[in-house]
Amino acid sequence: MEEKKIKLTKADRFKMFLRSYFLLSSFNYERMQNGGVAYTLIPAIKKLYSSKADRAAALKRHLEFFNTHPFMANPIFGVTLALEEERANGANVDDAAISGVKIGMMGPLAGAGDPLFWFTLRPIMLSLGASLAVSGNVAGPFVFFILWNIMAAAVKWYTQEFGYRAGTAITDDLSGGLLQKVTRGASMMGMFVIGSLIQRWVSITFTPVVSTVKQQKGAYIDWEKLPAGAKGLKEAFTQYAAGRSLSETKVTTLQDNLDQLVPGLAALGLTFLCMYLLKHKVSPIVIILGIFVLAIVFHVIGLL
Amino acid sequence: MSTIQIILVVIVAFIVGCSSVNDQIETYQPVVACSLIGLVTGQLELGVMLGGSLQLITMGWANVGAAMAPDAALAGVASAIILIEGNQGAQGIGPAIALAVPLAVAGLGLTMIVRTATVFIAHIMDKRAEKADINGIQAWHFIGMTLQGLRVAIPALLLMLIPVSLVRQGLEAMPEWLTAGMTIGGGMVVAVGYAMVINMMSSREVWPFFFLGFALAAIKQLTLISLGIIGVCLAILFLALEGSGGSSNGSSNGSGDSDDPLGDILEDI
Repeated sequence: MEEKKIKLTKADRFKMFLRSYFLLSSFNYERMQNGGVAYTLIPAIKKLYSSKADRAAALKRHLEFFNTHPFMANPIFGVTLALEEERANGANVDDAAISGVKIGMMGPLAGAGDPLFWFTLRPIMLSLGASLAVSGNVAGPFVFFILWNIMAAAVKWYTQEFGYRAGTAITDDLSGGLLQKVTRGASMMGMFVIGSLIQRWVSITFTPVVSTVKQQKGAYIDWEKLPAGAKGLKEAFTQYAAGRSLSETKVTTLQDNLDQLVPGLAALGLTFLCMYLLKHKVSPIVIILGIFVLAIVFHVIGLL
Repeated sequence: MSTIQIILVVIVAFIVGCSSVNDQIETYQPVVACSLIGLVTGQLELGVMLGGSLQLITMGWANVGAAMAPDAALAGVASAIILIEGNQGAQGIGPAIALAVPLAVAGLGLTMIVRTATVFIAHIMDKRAEKADINGIQAWHFIGMTLQGLRVAIPALLLMLIPVSLVRQGLEAMPEWLTAGMTIGGGMVVAVGYAMVINMMSSREVWPFFFLGFALAAIKQLTLISLGIIGVCLAILFLALEGSGGSSNGSSNGSGDSDDPLGDILEDI
């Protein structure tokens, strides 16, 4: 088997690097970047699998839910390519393993990519370009565009290559059962990440006011008695820092009460409801449209 | 604007729309997008100046996780068109930006519509995948991108054809309940995607990890990276302890139904 092992060449990997620029082209609410993942990996699928059944299975495997920072998708593709390569060469890498690796990596990598690229590097380069452009200097847009794209291309290509090497290293050690462990570990990690993403990214806030309580004197900032001007401001901030509330009454919303149980409970409930509906073959499109209609209705009646 | 200029602006708007969904090459950033529209309408310097000013406002707009920022692509294209049409030179920059920002928020609605429409495309891709139709999947992937391009190109064309005052009235007529409701819904629909992943991955041994992740994520000081570290460590610890425990080789990593108690309950209700 060693002789006729199919390998992905550097040229193949470069093709997929180029394709990854179109990762989000068919972004959708149901499975987000799934179409882009399948599109990016198509050269590998074509090369690694020759039978129609294998290709269909691979395409389906990569049309599952996926969402991460667009640059940080590349290291994930690198690892995925290594795993697919092993699978095509007969190793025991199942669907759950490949999905587990993708999902386990996407959350933390998005967590690294968003602050690094969206909130640090991009604003820095944009402000460089914009400060030139404001005065009509045509170099402004070029400065941003060129700097950004050199950086982006380097990050995308080198992290993808790194992921590929790391993935190959994992799969090489088949005898020790390392791959099996890594894939099981990846599923665990994947579920852990999904659990935390539901808490962080699914947002539901119930607005109805449960209670309005008048507070004791000293528990709130008495605005009438503050000195005027900057002194008053200073006093107000000092009192606020000491834990006094801003108004005389303490307003508790339904959300505050729910947060005291477990923050994100409503998001969890919504996710379980979606799982239930999906298991009963309700179309995801119906669920998505239903959620929008409900959100508008609930907002109008003041629940959300 | 001449007919050729209108066509060129529509093409630029289309490219900017495609770039804004892919969010990598960043042609949609106002500093670039406004400059491009200035270039094709023969007022490069004015476009660059507008781009610089608008950019300072939209600098921090970013799509983080599943949340969406106002549509900087539409803001840039629309404000550039309004500026060029207004013919007031650099004096028109302020008013053009003032009109563009509500347009960027309205553009969010268009983005949501396209992202819902592409759900249908995802399902067509599933069908193509069953037949191993690689070209079909590629074609539909780019049809999705075309919709995103049109998302900016069509409003751009309309802006050039109808008077600016009408645009202002239209924006003011959008009811608050609709825009706010759509935003709330946008925060909730991501649950559908997670539900699909869980249905696929869940098995008896991984459910505790799910709930651990959910409970720990409530601690806001933990970033996604720290959560990632915790997740990796828990998985490593579990596997290491299992190895030292000896006779626990029986557990499988499949996602079969019998192996997924919570999934079975959901199925049986």
